[in-house]
Amino acid sequence: MTPPPGMGPAWLANAATLVFVLLGLFFFIAGTVGLLRFPDLHSRLHALTKADNLGLGLVVLGLAFQMEDAWSIAKLGLIWLLAVLAAATVAQLVARAALERLPEAGEPAAARSAPRNEDTAP
Amino acid sequence: MSAGLAFDVLLCLLIIGAAGLAVGGRQLFASIAFFVTYGILVGISWLRLGAIDVALAEVAIGAGLTGVLLMGAWAAIRRRNREARGEYGAEGNGSGASRDDEEDPVVPGGRKLAAAVVCGVLAGLLAAAILTLPGEASGLLPRVTERLGDSGVGNPVTAVLLNFRAYDTLMESIVLLMALIAVWTLTPRELWGGEPGLRQHARGDGVLATFGKLLPPLGVLVAMYLVWAGADRPGGAFQGGTVLAAVWLMVVMAGMARVPRQSSPALRLALVAGPAVFLGVGLAGAGFGVFLGLPVEFAKTLILAIELALTLSIAVTLALLVAGVPTARERP
Repeated sequence: MTPPPGMGPAWLANAATLVFVLLGLFFFIAGTVGLLRFPDLHSRLHALTKADNLGLGLVVLGLAFQMEDAWSIAKLGLIWLLAVLAAATVAQLVARAALERLPEAGEPAAARSAPRNEDTAP
Repeated sequence: MSAGLAFDVLLCLLIIGAAGLAVGGRQLFASIAFFVTYGILVGISWLRLGAIDVALAEVAIGAGLTGVLLMGAWAAIRRRNREARGEYGAEGNGSGASRDDEEDPVVPGGRKLAAAVVCGVLAGLLAAAILTLPGEASGLLPRVTERLGDSGVGNPVTAVLLNFRAYDTLMESIVLLMALIAVWTLTPRELWGGEPGLRQHARGDGVLATFGKLLPPLGVLVAMYLVWAGADRPGGAFQGGTVLAAVWLMVVMAGMARVPRQSSPALRLALVAGPAVFLGVGLAGAGFGVFLGLPVEFAKTLILAIELALTLSIAVTLALLVAGVPTARERP
């Protein structure tokens, strides 16, 4: 996806970095605004994880244009992949824990019987 | 003002702000969250200073692991308070989040003041020490660079930590073990030797279980890379060990393995392997003249052996610190 070093003009790579990183920052800000403004935990979680994953992806894409070799780009990609995986998993866990703790949040009763940490179980 | 300076000033302000919120926050949970944030910001500041090894250790241990330990302590205190009020198990019956504040432990004002005074004096002494440092001197760097070829490794930090000043690192690895022993002394007598408290039930097909299956191979790879790369680039036993500990905790939390019993001989061997190998190499060096002195031709091999043993011990020790002490009778 990135031209090997020396093949493209440096200003083009810099411009691409600038555009993608700024775009990524926009999504981070959008996610943060959602976190602060949305009414309940689940919509906030949605805003945060969706927007941040996309934002981080764009920042990583922008940085890829500054890397010297393909391995560094692969490492950046791996970091993004791990962050996405962790965010998705944690979002699920937080959402489920919230459903158990706040039944008035309006979920089907079945969700309450989800398994829980033994330490906190009756 | 250049962009770099502007960034540094902003970073310093953020660090001070996060520290202030961590100390002065009303809610304990928020304080912990700001403490973790503070650790990550400090990690970034180490990056700005070019100390990548310190940055890695700060983020992994200072922010990550310490954050988990604080969170565990917070949960344990709340559980105890709830038990004391006879409300154990009331959670989930519509009690809601409104009681969260009440479950937070109350710290007496006098104790807070005492902690503030001690921390203030310590910070003052540190500041005084830094201000008395000579401005332009390059410290011991020229001497380390000059003898780097004799150390067996290419990363000056590793050369100092495991060769030139191995003494400190040996002590550090023993201090870590002492910390776990201190935690273990809190084990109730009748539960001694049992399975440490960290137990979790994850659904077999749930997200946590899936994540727990997906992550370990990659986590082990990253941990080993950090140890191996530590010879010539930033990384090393402490950073790799922390990643390994996190992977293992993930496996336990996903319900794929259980924490070994305190009495397990294999577990205890893993705990002392690092300090023991380190001490053994040091004593062998003493036999040839210098305690902890590494012969130039075997230096790389010996450092790698010490690092691998240390990684194992650090990983097991850190994971067990998080796991805590046995809390109830064995499960059937």
